[in-house]
Amino acid sequence: MSTELTGAEITIRCLQEEGITHIFGYPGGAVLFIYDELFKQKKVKHVLVRHEQAAIHAADGYARSSHKPGVALVTSGPGLTNAVTGIATAYMDSIPMVIISGQVPTRAIGMDAFQEVDSVGITRPCVKHNFLVKDIADLAVTIKKAFYIASTGRPGPVLVDIPKDITQHKTLFEYPDSVTMRSYTPVTKGHPGQIKKALQLIMQAKRPMVYSGGGVILSNASAQLTNLIRTLGFPCTNTLMGLGGYPATDNQFVGMPGMHGTYEANMAMQNCDVLVAVGARFDDRVIGNPEHFFNRDRKIIHIDIDPSSISKRVQVDVPIVGDISEVLTELDKQLKAQKGKPDQAAIKAWWDQIEQWRTRDCLKYDRESKLIKPQFVVEQLYKATKGNAFVTSDVGQHQMWAAQFYKFDKPRRWINSGGLGTMGFGLPSAMGVQFANPKDTVACVTGEASIQMCIQELSTCKQYHLPIKIVNLNNRYMGMVRQWQEFFHGNRYSESYMDALPDFVRLAESYGHVGMRIEKPEDVEGAFKEAFKLKDRLVFLDFITDQTENVFPMIPGGKGLSEMILV
Amino acid sequence: MRHIIAILMENEAGALSRVAGLFSARGYNIESLTVAPTEDPTLSRMTLVTKGSDSVIEQITKQLNKLIEVIKIIDLSEGDHIEREMMLVKIRAASKDREEIKRTADIFRGHIIDVSEKSYTIELTGTGEKLDAFLAAVDSGLILEVVRTGASGIGRGERTLKI
Repeated sequence: MSTELTGAEITIRCLQEEGITHIFGYPGGAVLFIYDELFKQKKVKHVLVRHEQAAIHAADGYARSSHKPGVALVTSGPGLTNAVTGIATAYMDSIPMVIISGQVPTRAIGMDAFQEVDSVGITRPCVKHNFLVKDIADLAVTIKKAFYIASTGRPGPVLVDIPKDITQHKTLFEYPDSVTMRSYTPVTKGHPGQIKKALQLIMQAKRPMVYSGGGVILSNASAQLTNLIRTLGFPCTNTLMGLGGYPATDNQFVGMPGMHGTYEANMAMQNCDVLVAVGARFDDRVIGNPEHFFNRDRKIIHIDIDPSSISKRVQVDVPIVGDISEVLTELDKQLKAQKGKPDQAAIKAWWDQIEQWRTRDCLKYDRESKLIKPQFVVEQLYKATKGNAFVTSDVGQHQMWAAQFYKFDKPRRWINSGGLGTMGFGLPSAMGVQFANPKDTVACVTGEASIQMCIQELSTCKQYHLPIKIVNLNNRYMGMVRQWQEFFHGNRYSESYMDALPDFVRLAESYGHVGMRIEKPEDVEGAFKEAFKLKDRLVFLDFITDQTENVFPMIPGGKGLSEMILV
Repeated sequence: MRHIIAILMENEAGALSRVAGLFSARGYNIESLTVAPTEDPTLSRMTLVTKGSDSVIEQITKQLNKLIEVIKIIDLSEGDHIEREMMLVKIRAASKDREEIKRTADIFRGHIIDVSEKSYTIELTGTGEKLDAFLAAVDSGLILEVVRTGASGIGRGERTLKI
């Protein structure tokens, strides 16, 4: 005979049943009973952040680097509104996450109670789904549904809003093994007929190109994709969200596409005759102007688990709805069952063309400079970590340089806010990554503007002894804003100069960390060596970089893939 | 082009706002929207009239399907269907106009459902065009109040939207 449990006990039991080992949160009035239950057990470790936005980003980094759903716990009202930026970040990048938020007691809902906000209403446009639990009898099954929805189909954040009185009510606890919903049955298996059509196009291709995105990472399909591309001998590009989906050090990798993509990747995207899009969504930052994209005739195969991603920005010829991994399994099966081979001579000629584009050396920069070039710092980071680190980033120029110059050979190593572009993401997401991968090296490439958006998390890092290495590319500007102002706004640097910057070394030290300031190119390598020797310490490396450096190539807004500004 | 979309969804609090929120967030038009529970009280049936190019309508149907509470949708305008809308109109009906208004209501197969010394309230059912035509047939200066439900639609013949 099982005994009755309170809603708070049930909430924690559900997390235990789901195998959740870490949750990121911040207590408050509406979640006090849940925190009380957390206190009484050991299985679920709570990580106390310093701001709710960071709780969500940390859960996000945890999920991105581990393929397990992230879990966050916040209180009602401001706890929830602070979390919204993080939730929207996870939503835009399809990250599986369950957010538990406290709510005022059911009888107080709608009464403008203290710390009341319509959490379900506020988060509706930036969650995959959300629930308000009005009856203790629904609590366990709702949490089960939340995990199910968050981690299946196209993943995403799911919010469960629990009024305080529900956490006190009691009922018998039973956690369902599985849950089925008549209104939610995501398709995973691709249509074999469509896959056959895709294969025919692939076999006829003379100038093929594989364009893969974050879907490959989320579906854990990198190894399959890599094998397929090697078998076919096709060139491959990975989007910002898809870096690591195909090894960046491989010759068939032509770099990242898009606004700050490589010359060769963008030219190949524009001039290919068969484009295989795998878990990518033809984002405006990837293909630029869609009309310009269609100046060239090409056939497009689009594999994606979300039907609404297909034919949204561009019309495609062969849509395949399904889980990338399952679709690639079927494609591989069909490929092996037939005798045809791609046109080797044509593909050789295509590669000759790509190699010629490569000679443009679009990522070159001044290596003789007396100032520290940000690109050089990322290259040295790559060298110092042998390409094996988990690298998180914030948003702006430093993010692009990290994406361009750190060669990711493995999936889930590059953690950034691609869709929403959230400054402040880097440090808290690095905390989540470090919790999920306690033995691995975690570096956060950031800028002096972004890092200050969640700088308070240096305190969390101290509390939990997180040995993150913060690589601050400090150019005393909001670099990307400055770059746009230089190119498109007549050098009028309106409000983009970061005045009154803190002394980051002393700031880091005041939080109990190690701070280093590096001002000369010849000191960069040594600084990394020293920092990575401090295996159990957070080191804040403040690199004073060239203020005038810009990210190239660049496709200006509204322009097409072949209209890049080059160095 | 005008499309009439029928949606079968879980009859849960907030389901309607998810649909309405989707349309406003993505900039789609809603011409009208009606919703009520079906014979199965766990289900709601919604009829939504919208306008857009083929690619916009394709996105609308995909985005609707993506909502977790939506079970099934059908674009009724892709096949034969029937649509009806109900209207209640309050018309000033003083002595000299009373007969004329009653006759017009009869021609449109409307019913007078409330009578006062100075007014008639008329109930009228039909397609949107028919309701428009009735309003055009009545002297606009006499119309006191108009309430329309928006279109409800159903497929013709064996065409059904069920779980």
